[in-house]
Amino acid sequence: MAEEYIVEIESLTFAYDTRPILKGVDLVIRRGQLVAIMGGSGCGKTTLLRIIGGALRPTGGSARVLGSEMSSLTKDRLYEQRRRMGMLFQFGALFTDMSVFENVAFQMREHTDLPGEQIRDLVLMKLDAVGLRGAAELMPAELSGGMARRVALARAVALDPTLIMYDEPFAGLDPISLGVIARLIRRLNDSLGATSIIVTHDVQETLQIVDYVYFVSEGRVVASGTPEEVRKSEEPFVRQFVNGELDGPVAFHYPANDYSADLDGLRAA
Amino acid sequence: MDDVSAFLRKLGRTVTDKLWRLGFASRFFVYMLMHSGTAFRRFRLTVREIYFTGVLSLIIILVSGLFVGMVLGLQGYDTLQRYGSSEALGVLVALSLVRELGPVVAGLLFASRAGSAITAEIGLMKATEQISAMEMMAVDPIARVVAPRFWAGVISMPLLAALFSAAGIFGGYLVGVHLIGVDQGAFWSQMQAAVDVRQDILNGVIKSVVFGVAVTWIAVFEGYDAPPTAEGVSRATTRTVVTSSLAILALDFVLTALMFTGGNGK
Amino acid sequence: MNRSAIDLWVGVLVAMGLAALLFLALKVGNLASISTSEVYQVQAKFANIGGLKVRAPIKSAGVVVGRVAEVRFDNESYEAVVMLNIDGRFKFPRDTAAKILTSGLLGEQYVGLEAGGDTAMLKGGDRVRLTQSAVVLENLISQFMFSKAQESGKDSKDSK
Repeated sequence: MAEEYIVEIESLTFAYDTRPILKGVDLVIRRGQLVAIMGGSGCGKTTLLRIIGGALRPTGGSARVLGSEMSSLTKDRLYEQRRRMGMLFQFGALFTDMSVFENVAFQMREHTDLPGEQIRDLVLMKLDAVGLRGAAELMPAELSGGMARRVALARAVALDPTLIMYDEPFAGLDPISLGVIARLIRRLNDSLGATSIIVTHDVQETLQIVDYVYFVSEGRVVASGTPEEVRKSEEPFVRQFVNGELDGPVAFHYPANDYSADLDGLRAA
Repeated sequence: MDDVSAFLRKLGRTVTDKLWRLGFASRFFVYMLMHSGTAFRRFRLTVREIYFTGVLSLIIILVSGLFVGMVLGLQGYDTLQRYGSSEALGVLVALSLVRELGPVVAGLLFASRAGSAITAEIGLMKATEQISAMEMMAVDPIARVVAPRFWAGVISMPLLAALFSAAGIFGGYLVGVHLIGVDQGAFWSQMQAAVDVRQDILNGVIKSVVFGVAVTWIAVFEGYDAPPTAEGVSRATTRTVVTSSLAILALDFVLTALMFTGGNGK
Repeated sequence: MNRSAIDLWVGVLVAMGLAALLFLALKVGNLASISTSEVYQVQAKFANIGGLKVRAPIKSAGVVVGRVAEVRFDNESYEAVVMLNIDGRFKFPRDTAAKILTSGLLGEQYVGLEAGGDTAMLKGGDRVRLTQSAVVLENLISQFMFSKAQESGKDSKDSK
């Protein structure tokens, strides 16, 4: 059953207690696309990713992933869905008490009955795809940030998922590792025939690899388009974001009193 | 007046919070018990945890047991010989250890060594998103991470308590017979006559199992519920040690009252 | 830390723990002397059981032959009814006497059985007819003081 839309989000709202995070998000992601969801910190993009993965329940609206409404799934159905998804967490989230090999083999051991030999071959294949076949016996503590990220990537695609999600995959990486991860994300998406979502605020690297971009600000999608459209956009938020401008729709100053009123206090004292 | 009402409101909120947390912890406990299948089917996982909670506590348990037994020997002799009953030293040392000090002190040591380690480990896994990662990979973290640690604690605790008692009795024997000079035969024979397997030893084992359940439950819950920050984890670790210790002492009172005075045909 | 080392140490821990439990049960406790043979229960009534407790030993000629199972109060005869579990290996004549004795001067109280000469033996459900109650210290003291007072009274009468 091949779905045309892997992810369909309609009027999605979400709030933590009384604080609203998402105020009505609409977006779709087609099969085979590599899509970026970009925005400043605290705009709700990670929350969006969590809702797509079923870790959070929206307070309103609908989120259909791989054909099912995520909020209405039972625990067993949810786990079934998740086996078709792979996620790369910020900073990797590798299991620190297991070796690199064991980390990648984890899902294979838990969800399949494959014999040890086959698992070994598959794990080494995945590690080779990210260039770390030689590091199979190392422990996560012995890896550099970039290497840990790549192992986590291999782990995320261990069972050839249909949907791969990346939470800030470029955070804290040096330029070389950045480029490597970016290229790997693109390559894996195409070679696996998968669909990928990247949540990030790393503009330049992302625009080079994605098919489509959604900009989120203050809980809503404020702009969207292909990378060329984004670069040429006159939309104020997009311009401020892409060019890293100091002031624009996202204000520089945190709301405060009139400056001279504040200083009056100093002068009087 | 305002201060008083503010204080009362805060008190009420604290009590409600604690009750809510207790309820949450109980549901967590039941869920964990229901999903303990993995811990037993893949016993390797549990064995690994027994190593970390039990084996690594061996040294501190044996050494502490030995010292406690030796002190019992010294103090016990000092008091008993005033009433000419120094030959009952074996009885005093054995009963004190098997009924009380074995389960309780071993439990307290276990809580501070193994309990805090479990809380820190689970808390850190939560803080570094390893728990979330496991959930996203469709593996129930409670079944895979929490349950094996719980059962490892429940299995280790009675073993450690027995080892503590044995080491203590040996320590008491060293001090009593070899240092002070109490008659060896009297030491052991009076002990054997006075210590009953069902009444004393079995009850001691039951106590240590109950303590094991309490301490490990608290340890895994605090770890799983800890806020995913450095401060959150460290506070959770402290809470584990404090709450477990209080629980052990309170349960000890309840169990002692049930076991050692209830059945005496008043 | 590879797998087999962990398994080894866990095995060591479990073995040590079980050994400790066995040591406690056999060398420290009285498991070795608990017989697996059956016990039979007989009844004995006492005017005063003193400090006798359930599980107190029943001794004959100084050897433990059983344990006190239960202590009840008979509201009609106002006597204590003690159920004695005697080891099945030992048979006692029907006219055996049961006395409540104290081990040492201030020690634990136990039931002492002194065998009689009857040819018929006690069976389960029987009653021990001859009993002697515990010595209550206060009664002893007041007895002593009373007899002393009597003596000095007699002396003074004699000397008059």
